[in-house]
Amino acid sequence: MINYWPLLGIALVVVGFALRFNPLLVVAVAAIVTGLFGGMPFLKVLGTLGHGFNENRYVSIIYLVLPVIGLLERYGLQQRARTMIVRMRGATTGRLLLGYLAFRQILAALGLIAVGGHAQMVRPLVAPMAEAAAEKAHGKLDDATTDRVRAMSAATDNVGVFFGEDIFIAIASILLIQGSLASFGIELTPFELSVWAIPTAICAFLIHGSRLLLFDRQLQRSSR
Amino acid sequence: MINLHWLYVLAGAMFAAFAISSARDATNPKRWGNTAFWGLIAVSFWFGDFLGDIGNGILVLALVAIAGVHLLGKGSKPSTTVEEREHFSDRLGNKLFLPALIIPFVAFVGTLLFNYTPLKNSGLIDPKSVTLVLLGFGVIIALITCYLWLRPPVAAPVEEGRRLIDSIGWAVVLPQMLASLGTVFAAAGVGTTIGALAGTIIPSGSVFLAVLLYALGMVIFTMIMGNAFAAFPVMATAIGVPILIQADGGNPAVIGAVGMLAGFCGTLMTPMAANFNIVPAALLELKNQYGVIKAQIPTAIPLLIANVLILYIAGFRL
Repeated sequence: MINYWPLLGIALVVVGFALRFNPLLVVAVAAIVTGLFGGMPFLKVLGTLGHGFNENRYVSIIYLVLPVIGLLERYGLQQRARTMIVRMRGATTGRLLLGYLAFRQILAALGLIAVGGHAQMVRPLVAPMAEAAAEKAHGKLDDATTDRVRAMSAATDNVGVFFGEDIFIAIASILLIQGSLASFGIELTPFELSVWAIPTAICAFLIHGSRLLLFDRQLQRSSR
Repeated sequence: MINLHWLYVLAGAMFAAFAISSARDATNPKRWGNTAFWGLIAVSFWFGDFLGDIGNGILVLALVAIAGVHLLGKGSKPSTTVEEREHFSDRLGNKLFLPALIIPFVAFVGTLLFNYTPLKNSGLIDPKSVTLVLLGFGVIIALITCYLWLRPPVAAPVEEGRRLIDSIGWAVVLPQMLASLGTVFAAAGVGTTIGALAGTIIPSGSVFLAVLLYALGMVIFTMIMGNAFAAFPVMATAIGVPILIQADGGNPAVIGAVGMLAGFCGTLMTPMAANFNIVPAALLELKNQYGVIKAQIPTAIPLLIANVLILYIAGFRL
């Protein structure tokens, strides 16, 4: 008989996020409830939570870039990024982000996933450039439109890295697939797996790229 | 060998500096909450390995308590005005991009040097964390360059870094919290339960339906766990290997690779992938914390359909 009670934790996460409680609180409560229903004593749950937190500190290393980015912002980096785009002829938000999508996908496919990212590239450079391009063509943006341009910049970074990195053979997800299938006696080389990331990478470029070019027209319409 | 622990010492120092600088900021009405929050993160980076599992658990609960009762605030003192920034930007010109590009450039050159020269076997850098170590190097080089060129006040990087970290707020630790939730899920057997559940919905002899169920299972489980890595072994065990590969004779390379990529479509649509979806929303100061996800859904759904077709056609028809 399967114990379905631990799934209650998932339901708590969904409801908690939907009702917009503080996500840290939602996650902590869900972890404790899941652990208790999974038959673990409270101290064991607390220890597992603490162990997981400590083991995953590397996720937060990325914040090391903030002092550099903040310092450069103090000296006008975002303003510089805007000026450059305003002077560039033919630059639109959609074309600019399309270029960034290609750049991000190609570099990720070569294993260079650290070139790019929200803290290092999107906040200081890509988003201000995308905003400046939109303002150049359509005049001052309202807050909702500014947020849409920024969100699209972040989305483009994610799509680029997710659907580029698996073409590189030494990336963690390819090695995980290889290992999982090997445990069933199915032996594959990383290269055999990574070539099958190419069709999806092309589809991602076509789908997200078309959306970016359409985005220019949407900006045009909302500015009228 | 330079490994993650060197970076943890550096990150601990940065968060300790944020804590001290928060304590001195009288413009922030909740400055002691910020001081405690960033201070606890510094403790985690520096002493996490000595606290024991229960000790770390208590530290996590303390962070949650500070965030849960809204004890985090923001200072109101801007460092330079927009006019001053325009002025700096005009005076410094395009050279201002150079320090910003040092970090990606060091990552670029460093990765190439490491992967394609004997450096890989020299034992200088731990191969498992080479990307993060290079990020650390890039930051240090960029900081030194800024000090030499711009001559900012000594504490300026700390003040400016704190301005950004305060704008992210509690979301800073959300990715790490979600990763530890994943650990608890695994320990409580959530993965096996979902796998068993998926295995009971056996499609009736239709290869296409089995493919669809596999891809949707990857998406849904990825959305729950926040990353496709946790979902893949479960879905491969429940459907991918026994049904698609062994019973229906699908191409294992396609089932493996494209199955994972179907999961990535789920990553685009879930707040549980906080470092990709929630932290950027805070970093870009969006009013809607789900703004990035909203921008990604219209890409994720057509791409998922494309993945189902690739799985079916390349996996079974070629």
